[in-house]
Amino acid sequence: MSDQDVINWINLAYLVAAILFIWGMAQLRRPSTARAGNRYAAVGMLVAVVATLFDREIVSYEWIAAGMVVGGIIGAFLARKVQMTEMPEMVAIFNGFGGAASALLAGGELKRLYDTGTPIDSDVGVSIALSTAIGAITLTGSVVAAGKLHGSINTNPILLPARNVISALVGLAVVVLGGALIWATQDGGFTETSTLLIFGGLVVAALLLGILVSIPIGGADMPVLVALFNSYSGIAGAAAGFAIGNDVLIVAGALVGASGLILTSIMTRAMNRSVSNVMFGGFGQSGADVTGGGEARPYRSVTAEDTATILAYAQSAVFVTGYGLAVAQAQHDLKALADLLTANGCDVKYGIHPVAGRMPGHMNVLLAEADVPYEQQLDLDDTNRALDNTEIAMVIGANDVVNPQARTNPGSPIYGMPIIDVDKAQSVIVMKRSMASGFSGIDNDLFYLDQTSMLFGDAKKSLKTLVSEVEDLIKNG
Amino acid sequence: MEQLIAALTIFALATFVGYFIITKIPPTLHTPLMSGTNAISGIVLVGALVVAGSSESALSQVMAIAAVILASVNVFGGFLVTDRMLQMFRREGPGA
Repeated sequence: MSDQDVINWINLAYLVAAILFIWGMAQLRRPSTARAGNRYAAVGMLVAVVATLFDREIVSYEWIAAGMVVGGIIGAFLARKVQMTEMPEMVAIFNGFGGAASALLAGGELKRLYDTGTPIDSDVGVSIALSTAIGAITLTGSVVAAGKLHGSINTNPILLPARNVISALVGLAVVVLGGALIWATQDGGFTETSTLLIFGGLVVAALLLGILVSIPIGGADMPVLVALFNSYSGIAGAAAGFAIGNDVLIVAGALVGASGLILTSIMTRAMNRSVSNVMFGGFGQSGADVTGGGEARPYRSVTAEDTATILAYAQSAVFVTGYGLAVAQAQHDLKALADLLTANGCDVKYGIHPVAGRMPGHMNVLLAEADVPYEQQLDLDDTNRALDNTEIAMVIGANDVVNPQARTNPGSPIYGMPIIDVDKAQSVIVMKRSMASGFSGIDNDLFYLDQTSMLFGDAKKSLKTLVSEVEDLIKNG
Repeated sequence: MEQLIAALTIFALATFVGYFIITKIPPTLHTPLMSGTNAISGIVLVGALVVAGSSESALSQVMAIAAVILASVNVFGGFLVTDRMLQMFRREGPGA
């Protein structure tokens, strides 16, 4: 086979890989086909990698084999060990690795082009600069995000004095150095060494920018940041694809970039925010009066025993779960309660708000881990439809996402935010430690409605009590 | 220039395909979607393999091998953890 034949075959294999990626992702539209879809994508990756190894430009295999083995072992280890509650950190770190890999690939390619004396086209220069800058920003930004999610970095917004000025200056440095890098690759006036120094400067500035843009962002906004960096990691990969002239990188990078952007927009819409508001504005800093005037308003509390009685006679129930449920490690107890009620003829559903976990879809994974069937996990719209005909809505570990103020109080910072309308159910039980307000500091009007009862206490303990009480009631009644 | 336009065409079309596929994915599966796209973004591995296997200077090789390692973490870790999550998504009914 001639060299050109080999290249043609490799490119055909890349086409197959791209089709498998697209086909595999399309299978994620249903939980029943999703697992197979992930495997199609994995086969696509295998095809692409094996085909690449036939590339005649590759002359030494020892190091690349070692690199793949090392990376593969680390990846497999992480994939097996990670707790489902830690998935946001894992995805954040992987976003960062993806960005870093693209930046390193761009740097390696730049040096290789100098080594081989290949003239660098202007579009290749632009792609190298873009891939480097976006990749490096993604790396440090994602590491900060992961640290905040893990609690090892202060989760409050860290606000440096004059932070916007500093960020703007560093951002400007990234743009200038990126431009200089492009110019240096095009102009004979620069030596190889000075070009590589500019590359190094661009990396440092972009790494710094990644830190600066993510430290001011509060822990509650991390899902948006993680989705955004997910997108960046794809865009950096696509830019690397332009730099080395590889179509499968472009296709895969575009898919990932689109996915991350869509998720970012879904999350910001669910939080009633915009991306720029998340990146530049603080939350809970508005001066609007949302505390209800400071007067203690009357509410009704209920015991676990009474709650059990209500539940044992209910024909329909919707559990609205928030991340507090996972913090209390109470998913399995909730599932046990749901099983009892279902066996008793009650129609049980779970209502999940898009921001219920710490990343898009996180709560669904946590419930799936507790064996909650996916058909019972309703999204925002389906939950609200179901609530019109629901006897009991039980809120566990959620607060702002069930606050009717989002519909009724134009002065509230959450006004306009899509919420789960639990107040439409015939009666509402809110499980909560105390009357303290959520992280946003906004008082929740739901607690004071006539149909609402508060069940105070630790979620896990309360659910365990409910399980045994309901069990007794069903047995004896 | 011809190559650049071809590459831009591919990028634009793939972005559209991605948009239409991903808007159809239910929120239930958004976490596996993100970890799955982590794995797919590991495709930079194929670029890193070529650069690492063909370059002659140490600097270029070091950068490319580092890229190979990081991209491999994403590929293996991403696909495996996505599979681990997706096998937990079960249907209703006895024995589920």
